[in-house]
Amino acid sequence: MRAINIRPSRGAALMLGCLPFALLILAYLVGSALRLADNPADKLLPSLTTLATSIDMLAFSVDRRTGDVLLWADTLASLSRLGLALAISTALALVIGMAAALLPIMRALLSPFVDFVSMVPPLALLPVLFIVMGLGEVSKVALIVIGIAPILIRDLTLTATALPREIIVKAETLSASTWLIGLRVVLPQVLPRLIDSLRLQLGPAFLFLIAAEAISADAGLGYRIFLVRRYLSMDVIFPYVAWITLLAVLMDIGLSLIRRRLFPWAEGAR
Amino acid sequence: MLRLLADRLSRRAFLTAATALALLAPAAQAQEKTDFKVAWSIYVGWMPWGYANDAGIVQKWADKYGITIEVTQFNDYVESMNQYTAGAYDAVTLTNMDGLSIPAAGGVDTTAVIVGDFSAGNDAVILKDGATLADIKGRVVNLVEFSVSHYLLARALESVGMTEQDVSVLNTADPDMVGAFQTPDVTAMVTWNPMVAEIAALPGATKVFDSSQIPGEIIDLMVANTDVLAANPDFGKALAGIWYETAALMVSDTPEGAAARAAMGAASGTDQAGFEAQMAATKLFPVPADAVAFVTSPDLGATMDKVRGFLFDKGLLGPTAASADAVGIELPGGTVLGDPANVKLRFTDTYMKLAADGAL
Repeated sequence: MRAINIRPSRGAALMLGCLPFALLILAYLVGSALRLADNPADKLLPSLTTLATSIDMLAFSVDRRTGDVLLWADTLASLSRLGLALAISTALALVIGMAAALLPIMRALLSPFVDFVSMVPPLALLPVLFIVMGLGEVSKVALIVIGIAPILIRDLTLTATALPREIIVKAETLSASTWLIGLRVVLPQVLPRLIDSLRLQLGPAFLFLIAAEAISADAGLGYRIFLVRRYLSMDVIFPYVAWITLLAVLMDIGLSLIRRRLFPWAEGAR
Repeated sequence: MLRLLADRLSRRAFLTAATALALLAPAAQAQEKTDFKVAWSIYVGWMPWGYANDAGIVQKWADKYGITIEVTQFNDYVESMNQYTAGAYDAVTLTNMDGLSIPAAGGVDTTAVIVGDFSAGNDAVILKDGATLADIKGRVVNLVEFSVSHYLLARALESVGMTEQDVSVLNTADPDMVGAFQTPDVTAMVTWNPMVAEIAALPGATKVFDSSQIPGEIIDLMVANTDVLAANPDFGKALAGIWYETAALMVSDTPEGAAARAAMGAASGTDQAGFEAQMAATKLFPVPADAVAFVTSPDLGATMDKVRGFLFDKGLLGPTAASADAVGIELPGGTVLGDPANVKLRFTDTYMKLAADGAL
């Protein structure tokens, strides 16, 4: 039997999937035990007990300095920035992307500019953003929007222009207006793709969020990580990294569910 | 009978092995470490380390003690301390406050080999449209949270009967301070030089409090791993030798001194005049006897008591610290502040005294 034809059973597949995680945890535990044996106050690889204490302090106790539960306050601050930025980016993608896809004049006007802007490295713009928009929420949201909106716009335009021309012509012969063609023919076919590209942009969005929060903030997931980095507090950083990853995974799954719920017909096209 | 013999034999073998091990262990310790790594970062009081390395002073003293010293400049102060705490470096430049909260609270037994200077104006509270410190009430204050700036703010507020509750603190990265001050919503800031000099020169900016009002509380040190020092004290002697030779040159009113200041200024991104202005806001200890007097005075204990109180209040002595006593601080003469069973930060006059006595 060829190796390409050997398939694991359901149980074996599950076990194989868990194996890398188990190895990672094992490597951590061994490394942590070794370092702690050497220096009981070592902060680099804290023990599970220390991690549990820290998680309890971060997620379930009220911080005496701010009067908030830190993890929730940080999550709320970060997610509201991220949510706002994703909403603005999606709206921009819909408006500009659709206009550029449908109307040749708008395409001539917007496409070169969007293509150009999408190549600007957003992090290099950060110092400028902070001077122009101040250190508040606006500059943080703007960084994420500048980072992901051009990609969403370009992707939406590409998808829309790749639709078979015959469909548009058919709608025209049925006397549909430009507006109606956009709304009833093109839009439904690009929306599933928009959700997919939003999923792909979640990673960069988190990256820009954390970079912005590292520079100036008083709450947020990235803020906390960069604050305690000064104290090598891995007992805070590890849980936060895990939590951010979990949030991103959940958002990804959520968007995927929305896509399947709203556009079940698009599943077959994959 | 046979069993007894076997038993005796194995016992003997065990004893032999144990003796061999016992002999080996000190032998392994006596194998002295002779290669050392020192990390430093850009700050007026630490520039001599970089200059000493470039000018061959490090090489000279290392050769004298038959050791090698590798001096590395870090562009990021926090990273240099983290690297030291993780064990990648044997010595690092840091402030008394960071020494307590980072390596010492991280369980790395650390000794302050050299007290190089203390800040006498290098750190400042700056207000926009405000004449006195009292005007800070209710404002948002931009600073690097949990840094010496934060400590300075706490001490400044205390001096006018306020607490941190009277303001709100907004963490801002130090490279962005000068730019941030020019945006409309930033109205109060605490930072250090060279940013202070630039910000204070901006229109509308008033320096309302600076570190010269709390002299001797923000101390810049060269610290080394206590175990490394104990294993080879020559490392500490070489550090002291390098420092006092370079510091004497740095303050000397000779063409060589001016050239050294110009080189240090250029290395820190300014020029000789700019560097001399920063030196004026720094109380340097180029004379070892002065540093010995400073470190042995009872004021140091009082300062460290304030510092540890601040750090504990901010939760920076570690999540398990039950009180400010959690991390012990040893002062010259053997007095210990806090837990004597967990002494992790030690002030000593040993090496500076050797320099003062000309015994290096």
